[in-house]
Amino acid sequence: MAPILETKNLTMDFGGLRAVDNINFQVNEGEIVALIGPNGAGKTTFFNCITGVYKPTGGDIYIAPEGEKTERINGLKPNVVTEKGLARTFQNIRLFQNMTVLENVMIGRHCRLSAGLLGAIFRTKATVAEEKKVVDDSYEILEEIGLTDYANEFAKNLPYGAQRRLEIARAMATDPFLLLLDEPAAGMNPQETKELDEMILHIRKNNKISILLIEHDMSLVMSVSEKIFVVDYGKLIAEGTPDEIKKNPEVIKAYLGDETDA
Amino acid sequence: MDLSYFFELFLGGMTRGSIYALIALGYTMVYGIIKLINFAHGEIYMIGAFTALIISSVLGFTGMNSILILVISGVLAIFFSAAYGATMEKIAYKPLRQAPRLSALISAIGMSMFLQNYVLLAQTPDFLPFPALIPDFKFLKPIEKILSSTQLVILVTTAVVMILLTILIKFTRTGKAMRATSQDAKMAQLLGININRVITITFIIGSATAAIGGVLISSHTGQLNYYIGFIAGIKAFVAAVLGGIGSIPGAVLGSFVLGWTESFGTGYVSSDYEDVFAFIFLLIILIFRPSGILGRSQNDKV
Amino acid sequence: MSNLMKYFSLKEIKKSLVMTLWFMILTFPIMVIKVNTIENTVIWRWGYLAVIAVGSFILSTLWRYMMERKSLQAGNESKISLQQKLRELGEKNPRLKRGALAAVIVLVVAYPFATSMYQTGIMTTALMYVVLGLGLNIVVGLGGLLHLGYAAFYAVGAYTYALLHVHFGIGFWVSLPIGAGLATILGILIAIPVLRLRGDYLAIVTLGFGEIVRIILENWNDFSFGPSGIANIPRPTLFGIHFKLQQASVFIYFIMVALVVFTIFIVRRLENSRMGRAWIAMREDEIASQSMGINITKTKVMTFAIGAFWAGMIGVVFAAKTTFINPASFTLWESVIILCIVVIGGMGSIFGVVVGAGILILLPEYLRAFSQYRMLLFGAILVLMMVFRPGGIVTNVRKVYRIDKDKTGEAE
Ligand SMILES: Nc1ncnc2c1ncn2[C@@H]1O[C@H](COP(=O)(O)OP(=O)(O)OP(=O)(O)O)[C@@H](O)[C@H]1O
Ligand SMILES: [Mg+2]
Repeated sequence: MAPILETKNLTMDFGGLRAVDNINFQVNEGEIVALIGPNGAGKTTFFNCITGVYKPTGGDIYIAPEGEKTERINGLKPNVVTEKGLARTFQNIRLFQNMTVLENVMIGRHCRLSAGLLGAIFRTKATVAEEKKVVDDSYEILEEIGLTDYANEFAKNLPYGAQRRLEIARAMATDPFLLLLDEPAAGMNPQETKELDEMILHIRKNNKISILLIEHDMSLVMSVSEKIFVVDYGKLIAEGTPDEIKKNPEVIKAYLGDETDA
Repeated sequence: MDLSYFFELFLGGMTRGSIYALIALGYTMVYGIIKLINFAHGEIYMIGAFTALIISSVLGFTGMNSILILVISGVLAIFFSAAYGATMEKIAYKPLRQAPRLSALISAIGMSMFLQNYVLLAQTPDFLPFPALIPDFKFLKPIEKILSSTQLVILVTTAVVMILLTILIKFTRTGKAMRATSQDAKMAQLLGININRVITITFIIGSATAAIGGVLISSHTGQLNYYIGFIAGIKAFVAAVLGGIGSIPGAVLGSFVLGWTESFGTGYVSSDYEDVFAFIFLLIILIFRPSGILGRSQNDKV
Repeated sequence: MSNLMKYFSLKEIKKSLVMTLWFMILTFPIMVIKVNTIENTVIWRWGYLAVIAVGSFILSTLWRYMMERKSLQAGNESKISLQQKLRELGEKNPRLKRGALAAVIVLVVAYPFATSMYQTGIMTTALMYVVLGLGLNIVVGLGGLLHLGYAAFYAVGAYTYALLHVHFGIGFWVSLPIGAGLATILGILIAIPVLRLRGDYLAIVTLGFGEIVRIILENWNDFSFGPSGIANIPRPTLFGIHFKLQQASVFIYFIMVALVVFTIFIVRRLENSRMGRAWIAMREDEIASQSMGINITKTKVMTFAIGAFWAGMIGVVFAAKTTFINPASFTLWESVIILCIVVIGGMGSIFGVVVGAGILILLPEYLRAFSQYRMLLFGAILVLMMVFRPGGIVTNVRKVYRIDKDKTGEAE
């Protein structure tokens, strides 16, 4: 079976800087895959290319959701990519600050709804039903992520850890087959990180989706992921199971080298 | 075609372009550093011109030599414009550094309205005659139809200002700090650059060049009112965008291109639509090359 | 309050004195010297210098006090907005709410009969600005797109009616939807080229667009009758009945009341709909909203088009009310005044726009003495508002959704 996400020689240049360098990469159905690497390695840029925020300068991106044909998605707009079933969170939290928590999640549902201008003005039956359903569905997602207490609070008033979880809830609301998380544990305390660990596993099980994770917290990475890709200076330097990666001399060098630089 | 008419338009366009360039520098430098369109920049230019008019009139009554008057009122115009620029930054923009872009823009519009009406109320809504301070050069007599003394002074002054500014930015410590801040303000701060100081200096320099532009153009047209800053400001902004906002050579190039377009457009097409040329130009450039002639296209970091 | 005392300490007074000196120097040439270039005399207005001195001393102290308060408040965001308070009050006492509503209705209906024609005219103008503000609020307040050419759409509505009347004898009621429709179409046309622009460029381009429309109206004599404008535009009729001047002004007043109610009704439904949420998400974070599946292109075009609709509609009413229009009514400053209403009232808030229009249009009318300072004050208020209260007088609150109790068991 084809991988649900595959990149072939994916490359992204910023002027003279090659942030992503010929990366070949796959995620299979139901997997939790981690992408790790030192700061500035190009992980976020890789996400941005896949989700349409940047247009890659070279290579191909293919998706093959369950039961559908393989499709090349290079250069599609981010909203189209999301409609096709890839959803992401942002490393530097980008919530809709002046909307309530529930509304943030409702925005995630946006692309799965159809109400238009006239429906909103005349409050047609279909629109009213759809609105009711979107509130219920969004609330259900908040329950799953454990944010119901904050439902009508402005996103900007949430504690940091809760904001990170809301990012995940909002992405979940788009009904993805692959969830891309950019450093979900950044800034969380050990207790929160542990809960996140369980939540990630739970999300996969409950929603039957695959997860691609960028993370610096190695204990989290090692405990949840089945496969790990390591990048350094934009290049893929290793891939394998957590155990293989732990022993890989290239990886150790990249990380230690990074530390001696710092 | 009439060659002398062509040259007249050519040099006329270059004169306009020089003035736009002096104003556009302020836009582009401020934008480079704090990523804000300073809507009130045109007002700084107007205040410079007004100050020069007031001072030179007062001095004129004492019967002072006109060159001396020009120098004194020019220097004071530069001083006051720079002071207004720096004060404006402290009041209207500094408190909004962390605020959404929209807030800073609205604040800038408010500042522009305030300064315009301040001059209108404190002085007059009418046009005032600007004294002729620049002497007629004898050697320009044969070609005075094509190039007047004032125009020559404008062209030369602009060139000198540009050269000085280039030296400042390329070779001095302040210039280096400015360039570092415009590349990455956070990083510059970490490296020990005093961002607040850099921003203040940027406003001072931008305001000072605008004041020079204000004095020169008023000598050229011979009149001014509280509203001259607005249209000139918008056009200079167009010039800055045309050249690639944030780029200083771009601002100069864009200004000349705009000056010529207007000059030839009004000369050969129609003078009714003088102000429309700039806007249409702006639309076209933003649609087809949003980064401007010399600007680099940029991905917003996500 | 106790820390207010600290501003009377020597150190603080010294700070204020330094600022005072600075502003005295800064404003010296423009405030003190006035040259009469015809008689060649100079007037020295030393009195103004004293005003500046006293004023800047007080204001600089106040400024520092406000700044400190702002930084203290930055931590706790739990300010409750006026709108929220009113809403809660209404929920607690439904009778009070109904009573207040009834009082408003009586006041609105009685107003033109209880006051003069002049007063009615002013109130009609204020109501027109309420609708204009609500329209622009969709673009700026909800969509977060700084639009400085809004008056152009207003002009389209006004000229639509005037020209339809001159050339085809078409009346007010037919022109009303046509004007609104044409403005909408123009809104879409202008939105398309500017879509790719970032916020600040958008402001300049829309400003340029507004100026282009005005310059065309001024110079294209065959089409728009140039600067002299179009006169003798008929006032609205009712089923073919023509009113006398007095009655007509009352009639237009009620038309405006109806249009305000209509606008509020529609805007309220839109802002809490799927589309309205997309507008706000776009305002909050364009990239994130796009990554959540919102089609930014479509959303932007929508805000421009719907915003333009109201301006076009009010343009038609304006032409009918004044019976004379010329390009001078549609300058950039018209757009800026409407922007002030939105910003000062409270971006994104319907109630805020109503309050904003009331303050900005009615106050200068009644305080004639300071009407010449109007634009000066508006400018200052815009800056102060952004610095100290960016949410406006009435900070917007979002809809509170209630979840079925039996479904979740823990809804509030
Ligand atoms: N829009 C952009 N323009 C120019 N350079 C960029 C841009 N985005 C990223 N880069 C550069 O690309 C490189 C990779 O950055 P990226 O953010 O992808 O790293 P990362 O692996 O996510 O690092 P971190 O772990 O710190 O998040 C960096 O050198 C960065 O400066
Ligand atoms: Mg990253």
